[in-house]
Amino acid sequence: MNTLHILGRIAINSVERLGRAAMFLYEVMLGSWELVRRFYLVVQQVYAVGVLTLLIILVSGLFVGMVLGLQGYNTLVKFGSANSLGLLVALSLVRELGPVVTALLFAGRAGSALTAEIGLMKATEQLAGMEMMAVNPVTRVIAPRFLGGVLALPLLTALFSAIGVMGGHLVGVGLLGVDAGAFWSQMQNGVDFRDDIMNGVIKSVVFGVVVSWIAVFEGYDAVPTSEGVASATNRTVVYSSLAVLGLDFILTALTLGEV
Amino acid sequence: MINRKSLEVWVGLFVAAGILALAMLAFKVGNLTSADVMNSYKVTGRFDNVGGLKVKAAVTMAGVRIGRVSAIAFDNKKYQALVTMDIDGRYQIIPKDSSASILTSGLLGDQYIGIEPGGDDASLKNGDSFLRTQSALVLEKLVGQVIFNKAGESAPAK
Repeated sequence: MNTLHILGRIAINSVERLGRAAMFLYEVMLGSWELVRRFYLVVQQVYAVGVLTLLIILVSGLFVGMVLGLQGYNTLVKFGSANSLGLLVALSLVRELGPVVTALLFAGRAGSALTAEIGLMKATEQLAGMEMMAVNPVTRVIAPRFLGGVLALPLLTALFSAIGVMGGHLVGVGLLGVDAGAFWSQMQNGVDFRDDIMNGVIKSVVFGVVVSWIAVFEGYDAVPTSEGVASATNRTVVYSSLAVLGLDFILTALTLGEV
Repeated sequence: MINRKSLEVWVGLFVAAGILALAMLAFKVGNLTSADVMNSYKVTGRFDNVGGLKVKAAVTMAGVRIGRVSAIAFDNKKYQALVTMDIDGRYQIIPKDSSASILTSGLLGDQYIGIEPGGDDASLKNGDSFLRTQSALVLEKLVGQVIFNKAGESAPAK
């Protein structure tokens, strides 16, 4: 009886929370329209979540590309098709690794910071203070952070993939002696703009919305104590990572259309 | 807190770099430039067997890519495969009696269509079809043939 009781409570709580998150997203979207007039608020957040995340994205992208070059070369050379290295590196980066790894890093670096910031604002009653001054905190605080994340993640993903291809080129052509012409021509023949690159861009936009949504909601919904903020930050990273990986499978299955 | 002007410069740089990276992916990594289908024309060919030919496979002449396969359908009157190709509008010089064959790049590579030019003065127009085609080599059939021939050689020797 007790177990059933707990199970029921967990189910009701999580459905209620999901509902609140959806209502919150709707509110944030409404608030986003009003930001057209005060775009500087969004620019500030693009700086906070985009420019300041640049270093980790560029370094990881470079190394992921270099590792792909090394690993791919060792496998491909067994089949005598080391010339396809460029194709392998570009396709894995553009279709999968770029959007997913960037979103995971983004959740860890920027998402957690967003949650902690908003949660602390709530804990120190800054959000309540704004409401007292007839300023809507959703429009003033939440929506710019959400939009900033949504705008920044696709750009970060493009940078990650581009520098990853450079890293693969560095290792493949510079270190392992794959022919530079074959590296690029195989890549250009095999990578399609609509099927592969746009697929990655769509993924990164979806991930941007989901990760930013989870981050701002967890912050806004945090229990206003230091413990509450800590666990909200923790949940942001865990939930957004799970959401990114799960959605990645669904999006891949949808775009490949072979499931 | 960083001042407004340098913040805007940084964000501008970030956005420009992001767009540049996307453009590099599109043009250098992808094939947006070679997807020149604006003024292409269509020709068709009937093959007994297309093997593993896929839509978007290359159509080449003398090894140079001049178009791509746009559709593969089954013709249920002639029991043949009807392959439609988009040929780049710059190459309107394929002689009428050219032959199209399905070839494989490398031993395990993708299949593509290679066009051998004929000697006719008239060239293929939009909607025309190749009169002479050569089907894909199916490896299993080839192996079967070799085994069959070997068996035929050794049997009477006994």
